[in-house]
Amino acid sequence: MPRTPFFLALRPLRPLGSAPDPEVFHPKRGSGDLDLGPVSRQGGPMPHDHDHPHALLPPDPALRVKALETILVGKGLVDPAALDEIIDIYQNRIGPQNGARVVAMAWSDPGVKARLLSDPVPFLQELGYYGRQGEHVTVVENTAAVHNMIVCTLCSCYPWPLLGIPPGWYKSDAYRARAVRAPRAVLAEFGVRLPEGKAVRVWDSTAEMRYLVLPERPAGTEGWPVEALARLVTRDSMVGTGLAREPGT
Amino acid sequence: MSRLHDMGGRIGDGAVNPADNAIYARDWHGRALALTLAAGALGAWNIDISRHARERLSPRDYMNFSYYEKWIAALADLLVERGLVSEEELRRGAAAGASEAADRALRADDVAAALARGGPSGRSIEAPPRFAVGERVRTRRPARNILVDQGHTRLPSYAAGCAGEVVICHGAHVLPDSHAHDLGEAPEPLYAVRFAARELWGRAEHPGDTVTLDLWESYLEPEA
Repeated sequence: MPRTPFFLALRPLRPLGSAPDPEVFHPKRGSGDLDLGPVSRQGGPMPHDHDHPHALLPPDPALRVKALETILVGKGLVDPAALDEIIDIYQNRIGPQNGARVVAMAWSDPGVKARLLSDPVPFLQELGYYGRQGEHVTVVENTAAVHNMIVCTLCSCYPWPLLGIPPGWYKSDAYRARAVRAPRAVLAEFGVRLPEGKAVRVWDSTAEMRYLVLPERPAGTEGWPVEALARLVTRDSMVGTGLAREPGT
Repeated sequence: MSRLHDMGGRIGDGAVNPADNAIYARDWHGRALALTLAAGALGAWNIDISRHARERLSPRDYMNFSYYEKWIAALADLLVERGLVSEEELRRGAAAGASEAADRALRADDVAAALARGGPSGRSIEAPPRFAVGERVRTRRPARNILVDQGHTRLPSYAAGCAGEVVICHGAHVLPDSHAHDLGEAPEPLYAVRFAARELWGRAEHPGDTVTLDLWESYLEPEA
């Protein structure tokens, strides 16, 4: 795939390292954010609300999204049917049921478990559980001695092909801030109390590696078929803020 | 040095609310996500540029905006910066005309395949990894981008200057510190590095607790 962004062909870009073009309005440059404060096209001070282009959109978020969609569809840059398709895929086709099936298969078959723990992606590809935000996956196993828990403190990285789009709490400031410093307090908020002596391993997803927790298999499930086991595997148990359901609960 | 998105370890947020369970709490949340993905498919930026666009929202906006409001604000900023949408169009809420890039638009029929394809960040590089599993390393301090002043980095502040142990070598991956600034992929070995909670926070809820982060080779040096 060509790595040159197509917009380079549409608009000349200044050579790297050269001074910014004074004729060009730079709302607030990422790399060149030199704390000069916001400036207007005329060079005078600009009210804060206009130092980013997004402030030109309506303030109400629902109307903002609508306005941006209207513009992009009007320019031919977005196909509204593609938006419906994206929403439908993550609402109805890709979700925690994928991860639950993987976990149940690992519980049932030591060979599957070994593949998942050593090199999961080829196996996940065979199942069709590969794609955006799941290109690189590491599976971490809960044991009698270790409880794993996943967070992304910098944004909201999450294994989409296995668990779908993250829930509100995973994206919340409180979870992002506290899961790394006070994981046991957070677990208590989810109603999880770990046995004394069990260590907590938090994984902060700071790169494109996505993590899936392989929860401990509940007792009393020997010989259960994969479909029945999968029903015990909750989304939260695969993020590490929960445990697999006990049979009969 | 830090921006508000770098919130790991921050004090004062209060309890997590497990009942905040929905993927899209409002109808427009799904629309915001879909619009961001569809616009990203135009190829005018990469995922690191997109993350950085959210991170460099002003602190006031970052604090006041809900999660998907950040996405939409960053998307609007990127569309203008990359010349795909004009400020006048944002102001009017309507397109001034068809875009030259319209032939790159993601079509409904191609969505499933595009999402299934993804965009792997793993790369093959010649250089062997500098560190091996079991080796002790120390992270850069302060946590900062050394290629671009005040630029994007994926080393959280809470882990800056801390010593830990390499537990996994993930192979080489695209370096966000470069890629977020149109400076190329600059792939480097990526490692999972495990830190004792006590090393990061000065205290731990439990002596055995650890936090593991994925860190690029240039973020690390040998501990000693």
